[in-house]
Amino acid sequence: MFRFLLRRIVVGLGVLLGVSLITFLIAFVVPADPAVAMAGAKADPQTLAIIREQLGLNQPLYIQYARYLRRALHGDLGRSYIRRENVTALILERFPATAILALSAMALALMLGLLMGGLAAAWRDRALDHALFVLSLGFVSMPVFWIGTLLLIVAASYLKLFPLGGFGSWSALVLPTITLGLGLAGYYSRILHTNLGEAMGQDYIRTARGKGLSPRGALIRHALPNALAPLLTLAGLDLAGLLSGVVLTETVFDWPGIGRLAFEAVFNLDIPLIMGTVLFGAVIVIAANIVVDALYAWLDPRIRLGDLG
Amino acid sequence: MHFTRGSIRAFASVISARLKPNLMEVAGALMVALLAATAIGAPYLAPYDPAAAVANSFGDPAPPSRAFPLGTDELGRDVLSRLIWGARISLEVGLAAMAVTLAIGVIVGLLAGFFGGLTDFVLMRLTDIMLSFPTLLLAMAFVTVLHPSLLTILLVIGLVSWTGVARVVRAETLSLAQRDFVTAARSLGAGPARLIAIHILPNVMPLIVVMAVLGTSSTLLLDAGLSFLGLGVPPPTPSWGRMIEEATTYFRTAPWLAVFPGLAIFSAVLGFNLLGYGYLRRTAPRRSL
Repeated sequence: MFRFLLRRIVVGLGVLLGVSLITFLIAFVVPADPAVAMAGAKADPQTLAIIREQLGLNQPLYIQYARYLRRALHGDLGRSYIRRENVTALILERFPATAILALSAMALALMLGLLMGGLAAAWRDRALDHALFVLSLGFVSMPVFWIGTLLLIVAASYLKLFPLGGFGSWSALVLPTITLGLGLAGYYSRILHTNLGEAMGQDYIRTARGKGLSPRGALIRHALPNALAPLLTLAGLDLAGLLSGVVLTETVFDWPGIGRLAFEAVFNLDIPLIMGTVLFGAVIVIAANIVVDALYAWLDPRIRLGDLG
Repeated sequence: MHFTRGSIRAFASVISARLKPNLMEVAGALMVALLAATAIGAPYLAPYDPAAAVANSFGDPAPPSRAFPLGTDELGRDVLSRLIWGARISLEVGLAAMAVTLAIGVIVGLLAGFFGGLTDFVLMRLTDIMLSFPTLLLAMAFVTVLHPSLLTILLVIGLVSWTGVARVVRAETLSLAQRDFVTAARSLGAGPARLIAIHILPNVMPLIVVMAVLGTSSTLLLDAGLSFLGLGVPPPTPSWGRMIEEATTYFRTAPWLAVFPGLAIFSAVLGFNLLGYGYLRRTAPRRSL
């Protein structure tokens, strides 16, 4: 187990190194002149010279990258050009709001997805199955910012039940949760339906049925636990994706999370801040990958002992 | 060898089951065809110039009326005409971005799956790296640095979307490369280029077509999201995502401004999804893509 974990961490660090190289390239190499990109086209030559000096833009690229990497390892992702604050601090300050929204949307998505996928599988190839399938495709086909805007129009203007945005009360969480959760629910419903279908074709189901268990009994007692494991893995990784910021939902509802921060950064052309949110998101995803793999290996000895890992 | 009536009937039923589309695929195909027809016929279908202030209600959106079936926006532009022209730009971006996605994903997948070893290791770690990024954030960063233009948008969407295709194509190539017909071709002296192009690629093709259909629904959504954030194709080109963004200011007084462009995106994306997933569900119910 320890060796398995160590190997996963080493691979994760390698991926992280690649991620940092790409964020470095986007921020410092892709723009024709990074100093102009950061200071704006109207900056005077003196300002540009100072920025170039500060960022070490006159030095060879590999030295620039080494500096960038060393600072990132110390948790220093640079300073926001608009807010003049440390990017890491800005991101961490916004993290709790994003985390609350991500967890609540994931809870809704899993409950609704399990319900829809489970019902569809229990009535496989019947009208209910087809209807739920189309419904799940409908959920994944709706642009989140449109659901959000529609919910704002209906629930807030006509029913006046929920606040139009902002953060700080439980009722403010309802509309963003639905907005973000529906698409994921549709996705999980389809995945669960597929997984259950595959599980129902396995030998252990035939055995259980041969011993007199009803099809629905076999579905719930034997197929569901086996179909659930891959779904939860997926949900774990998706949760990490949500934790790195949900730009569209947060923008619609003025939710003060990392996604909203990234949107403001894009609006202000604040490149260090944008790259900071990208790198932060990637770190969360990589960490989640390691955690999920470790959990899997702990639950299933075939993975940690075999060559699957 | 002779055929009995029964064996012919059995064969015919297998073939027709394989070819006969279900209701979802028919509905999806019709929606996609409608979208394509709107995009192609935009100059003839749109009643007004999409960029011109045609109503004299300048500064105040006007609700649907006989002259303007879907109303006008805050600049007095006809919403229906903007939606119709928006179909053209959405489909252009969606299809072109999907082509970029497929080009990168298929090449990476074929090379990794066929050559294995170090090539596979390097390409798959590159895929892992790209998979670690939050897609929309990475796309936002790219567009911001490169400045929004039609070409930028579709290249960026392709750059952040190819990983899924690469993984599927790699897995398929890996299993095909070990099949007897490939070994046979190899022992007859076929080189890697010939093996990939003539023996492997045609067998991956059906899967690539399905991924192209499903991929278009994702590129359409990603493009709409970027437009909503102000990072899409720049004005005055009408874009569905930006129409919704502009409508958020008026959601109390002029809700129709947000409803119709959203319906347009929704039906376009749903059309591709119904077509792709409907086909998968009928032919390969256990395949999850």
